[in-house]
Amino acid sequence: MGKSNSALRNPLGRVRGLGSAKEGTSHWWLQRVTSIALIPLAILFLAAIFSLVGADWAQVRTAFHNPFVAIVGLLTVGTLFWHFKLGIQVVIEDYVHGEAAKIATLFAVNAAIYVVGLAAMLSIVKMFLGD
Amino acid sequence: MVEFALPRNSQVKTGKTHKAPAGAKKVKTFRVYRWNPDDGQNPHIDSYEIDLADCAPMVLDALIKIKNEIDPTLTFRRSCREGICGSCAMNIDGTNTLACTKAIEDIDGDVKIYPLPHMPVIKDLVPDLTHFYAQYASIKPWMQTQSPAPARERLQSKEDRDKIDGLYECILCACCSTSCPSYWWNGDRYLGPAILLQAYRWIIDSRDEMTGERLDNLEDPFRLYRCHTIMNCAKTCPKGLNPAKAIAEIKKLMVERRV
Repeated sequence: MGKSNSALRNPLGRVRGLGSAKEGTSHWWLQRVTSIALIPLAILFLAAIFSLVGADWAQVRTAFHNPFVAIVGLLTVGTLFWHFKLGIQVVIEDYVHGEAAKIATLFAVNAAIYVVGLAAMLSIVKMFLGD
Repeated sequence: MVEFALPRNSQVKTGKTHKAPAGAKKVKTFRVYRWNPDDGQNPHIDSYEIDLADCAPMVLDALIKIKNEIDPTLTFRRSCREGICGSCAMNIDGTNTLACTKAIEDIDGDVKIYPLPHMPVIKDLVPDLTHFYAQYASIKPWMQTQSPAPARERLQSKEDRDKIDGLYECILCACCSTSCPSYWWNGDRYLGPAILLQAYRWIIDSRDEMTGERLDNLEDPFRLYRCHTIMNCAKTCPKGLNPAKAIAEIKKLMVERRV
């Protein structure tokens, strides 16, 4: 797979390899943006959650009928899972060597993040829409 | 796949002990990593007891004394003995540094000396830096311009010259790169702190006109973005430089040119 890594290959040729991917900046930047965005979002969202400690199901649903609470909830969960996806990708690229294992791990972890993240967001939408 | 045990030939054994001469006043033990590619043996740690009363102050002085007076087979690189050539970079007392600027008296207990971590070893304390040098060549560490050569020097303001301070002092000893976990795990593609600091030295030079191409060449998830600001590079640099900051500046320029 890929180009030769034979010992006969010139060291500079090996380093230059397939060239730069010309990307990685958006990934790095978005990881910073999502982490900063999560500071106010998490405070608001946790405030909403803590204000509902001890509340029954009807009260929680009423709270999430409020579009402000629902939007903060959706933004928090969406940003959180987005940040998680970006971060875990870096960890996998760092530590999982071997292209096949790396791609399989990335695929599996991303799939899990999408499923869990969408389920969480759908719950909030359901509470917002439900009566 | 995950390997739970080191390959048999990489287990480090205990080697010979060379006792201090009778009547030694101030004995210090140097425990030195030895490996000879020709004898088929495992690496081992040899102990050399040195009388500091009869030895110059730096770790390199002790190594030279060992080679001259006790064991001529001990192999290491050295040249300038004053911290400017970078040849004697090695792991001393758990930290990558230059043997010639590391004072023996600053080390408590035995002096443990190993080659730079995570590099192929050629012999004893000599690591194979071929890949490291090829990575350096890959960033084209020379001034590149588009404009015709002027009749005189290419001029630079004092402020622009100041931007190279903290960068030009790098002697490419490889202490930082070989202390970086990201370079250990992904050094085949990650350029590492030393090379990225050198790349930034040319990116920020006001006389260089290939800044965009230089950034293009670095914009890669592995070449640049394996840096996670672990900061081992800045901590270990025997010249007191901060490669992590240079890498952060490169990342800022990457964002700046697209917003």
